Amino acid sequence: MATKLKSVDAVLVGFGWTASILAKELTDAGLQVLAIERGKFRDTVPDFATTHIQDELKYAVRHGLFEEPARETLTFRNSLDQEALPMRHLGSFNPASGVGGAGIHWNGQNWRFLPTDFKIRSHTEARYGKNFIPADMTIQDWGVTYDDLEPYYDKFEYLCGISGQAGNVQGKIQPGGNPFEGPRARAYPLPPLKRSYATVLFDKAAKDLGLKPFPCAAANTSQPYKNPYGVQMGQCTYCGFCEWFACGNYSKSSPQTTILPALLPKDNFSYRTLCDVTRVNLDSTGKRATGVTYVDVQGREFEQPADLVVLCAFAQHNVHLLLLSGIGKPYDPRTNQGVTGRNYAYQITSSVNVFLKENMNPFMGAGALGQAVDEFNGDNFDHGPLGFIGGGYIALWTTGGRPILQQHGAPKGTAKWGGGWKKSMHENYLKSVSVATHGSVMSYRGSYLDLDPTYRDVYGNPLLRLTFDFHDNEYKMSKFETDKAALIAKAMNPQSIKINYREGHYSILPYETTHNTGGAAMGADPKTSVVNRYLQSWDVSNVFVMGSSVFPQNPGYNPTGTVGALAYWAADAIKTKYLKNPGPLVQA
Amino acid sequence: MHALKLACGLAGLLGLSIANAIPAGAQGTTYTTIERGRDLVNAGDCASCHTDEGGKPYAGGLAVPTPFGTIYSTNITPDPATGIGKWSEQEFYRAMHDGIRRDGKHLYPAFPYPWFTKVSREDVRAIKAFLDTLTPVRQENKPTELSWPLNVREVMTGWNELYFHEGAFKADPKKSEQWNRGAYLVEGLGHCGACHTATNVLGASKTGEKLKGGDFGEHWYAPSLTSGLRDGLGQWSSAEIVEYLKTGANAKSAAAGPMAEVVKNSTQYLSDADLNAVAAYLKDSPVEKDKATTKPAAVDKQALSRGEALYFDNCTGCHMENGEGLAHAFPPLKGSSAVQAENSDTVVHVVLAGAKMAATPGKLAGFAMPAFDWKLNDTEVADLVNYIRNAWGNHAPLTSADAVSKVRKGIEHAGG
Repeated sequence: MATKLKSVDAVLVGFGWTASILAKELTDAGLQVLAIERGKFRDTVPDFATTHIQDELKYAVRHGLFEEPARETLTFRNSLDQEALPMRHLGSFNPASGVGGAGIHWNGQNWRFLPTDFKIRSHTEARYGKNFIPADMTIQDWGVTYDDLEPYYDKFEYLCGISGQAGNVQGKIQPGGNPFEGPRARAYPLPPLKRSYATVLFDKAAKDLGLKPFPCAAANTSQPYKNPYGVQMGQCTYCGFCEWFACGNYSKSSPQTTILPALLPKDNFSYRTLCDVTRVNLDSTGKRATGVTYVDVQGREFEQPADLVVLCAFAQHNVHLLLLSGIGKPYDPRTNQGVTGRNYAYQITSSVNVFLKENMNPFMGAGALGQAVDEFNGDNFDHGPLGFIGGGYIALWTTGGRPILQQHGAPKGTAKWGGGWKKSMHENYLKSVSVATHGSVMSYRGSYLDLDPTYRDVYGNPLLRLTFDFHDNEYKMSKFETDKAALIAKAMNPQSIKINYREGHYSILPYETTHNTGGAAMGADPKTSVVNRYLQSWDVSNVFVMGSSVFPQNPGYNPTGTVGALAYWAADAIKTKYLKNPGPLVQA
Repeated sequence: MHALKLACGLAGLLGLSIANAIPAGAQGTTYTTIERGRDLVNAGDCASCHTDEGGKPYAGGLAVPTPFGTIYSTNITPDPATGIGKWSEQEFYRAMHDGIRRDGKHLYPAFPYPWFTKVSREDVRAIKAFLDTLTPVRQENKPTELSWPLNVREVMTGWNELYFHEGAFKADPKKSEQWNRGAYLVEGLGHCGACHTATNVLGASKTGEKLKGGDFGEHWYAPSLTSGLRDGLGQWSSAEIVEYLKTGANAKSAAAGPMAEVVKNSTQYLSDADLNAVAAYLKDSPVEKDKATTKPAAVDKQALSRGEALYFDNCTGCHMENGEGLAHAFPPLKGSSAVQAENSDTVVHVVLAGAKMAATPGKLAGFAMPAFDWKLNDTEVADLVNYIRNAWGNHAPLTSADAVSKVRKGIEHAGG
């Protein structure tokens, strides 16, 4: 029997990036806010201390900062005719557990999506015709535009202290930046990071090919920075331990380094850790949420009443909770009816190993220290003759040179073990780099999330089931991108290159990215979306859903910048529209 | 949580309270007296000692280790049975002014009555008025754990004869009003000298050593507040003193350990006028000859290079290779008076246990440094500390592995 607790104005499920943003904004508006997090509290000191955190075995290999599949997992299959099996180890994506969420262990690669990304269906149909979109491709416009989100992208970038070179300030193309980006109101708060030698070579090679390379925008601070909340950050040391690690010297943007010092002292904010939210509770009409039910680490069940419920957990977990709570009609791929679980998408990546003649010192790196080109992303190029939709950026990242998992392999023909392998590693460790492609994935009828009919979690709830595979459109696109990457790699004048195309079915085992999207897609039409343009549930108007689960398909960029922008956009709508007149912000 | 007091208005009220400057009529309402009392209680940092870790505010019970045994702070909430609820104004004034309890027995000078004696009667009245508004907490005071003969309170009569100079603050007419206000705060309620002045074997401030640095205890050394260029405030501008006390850090240094607590519980709440008065008073101390030789202490070359290597591996990420730290983020070690203090305990303490800066509205982040005790042995810490204290133009007496060992044994871990 659940113990009923005292009601709060707003309960946030999860306490990562989006919950921290919502909590700050809603407490500033005077609301009593409670965040419920399944993991533990963590902070820079002592948990991420510089002298502990650079431990590849503990964090990268043994997953020190990630969720534990023994406690929460999902089942997976490639297609509807297969039986899904539960994941007992993390594989191609690494969601976090604990305060700060994946904002603790991300690289800090911070992007804005292209203006056309937000209206992909209408734009594609207008430019290439309706028949250009395959019948089973369920892509849709977001219901929100780049121009709507620009001020909120700006807010997130100034929160984080992003280091970068603007490419388009108020319509004026800036030398050295990404000329394809949407117009931004102002430059980044900090200048770009110092370059690594490898990015200098990439830059030159790309320019030689007539491309317009630029330094990637980084949530690794190039200088000390104080954000608008008054929170000070340090300066990146290029230690090379960002992705899968936490930052030890306050220089990677995270909830801990940008928001929590301004949030935690507030009297109208509280949080509970080691608590699993198992349901969003609805009243008898099913149209209004009354709060959430959660179970603490001792197994005690509590009912937390709230006027407003905001789902701020990781993408799949938000969708899982919606399905368990009966919010939105579950998606059925056979009939193409229903919305919750619809339009799951992922990212498609590939790489080209480049073996150079000079030493690159890859150990000096930062998670978002990179140089990229954007000519082949979104609709920045003519897709007409190519027969696919989407694209991606091509970048050379110098994220680090860790010894176990982060060396770029050996040239073709090298022995896979023993003396020959060691000799090749010795010769190539300092000289090898990788040019990566980061491709979009469209949404399809057969790619979705639902409740598993067989496997259940520790609370007796059905596990979430993921059904996903890459489609021809993505293979074609990725091949195109990889060939372009190889051209740049060759122009770097290497000893040799090794091209790694993305081939075969999607496998959930080797790590690719933690860029899982969709399942609670946003949009203008309640028949194809779970939430409206303000991230508000169409069916239960006092439930909002944050994070990449609202992406209707996945553009060719890392998601965090847009996740942050959408959180600020939704927080603003709640503050300025919803609180004045609680109810649907868009009429269905 | 303390309400943040905005400077304006209160500054004026505080400014009026020098000695007996308040005309009877201006005391006004109880409300203004209470508000003034709150500011005075903050200025006196009463909360730091009179609140136990995790305990109710002002209910006492915090163990205060002294060289003579442990003393526990007392309950100063208005609970009639266990607090000061039955104390009359006169009884409270006698405690502040003479160090005498309600029952007529002596207080020990862990309660800083040698400083509080200077506080004006009106200010003491306001302090009591504020304390009387607190929620009463029923919490018995713990008996002191002093050894004989100090556990006999009567011995304090002799101590007072020798070292206690009763008497309210007397303004120096030759100095400015601001200077006098600063002196009143520093020498009175602020009781800066309780830590920053060296003490004799009986725990009394040494005459002639005023604010030249002292031992806080628990292996924290409170650096000199005199105009010493190397280990004092000689290089600090008045604005930097104000910034430090208001926010916990400035371009020269960051408060750590007990001083971070002082900033957190006390000085951040002082008005700008009061902080400027404190700065004006401290900056007026005569420039004295540096006790250290002008050359860096003679460090064994090999030990120095070992220390440099350790510094490079462990410290440069924040404090930078040149020891200058990062402006607004990480404090410099180069030129730092705390780093070059006569006694190395504070630096050793911070290296071993880490430290956390005060999180104040001006500097919210509250940066922390991790502990290195798990990683560096006593010799390594000594090498590192000797390097830090004698690099980049710094110079200070050497420490030893034995000294580090003593600190290591004596401290509780504050971080990582």
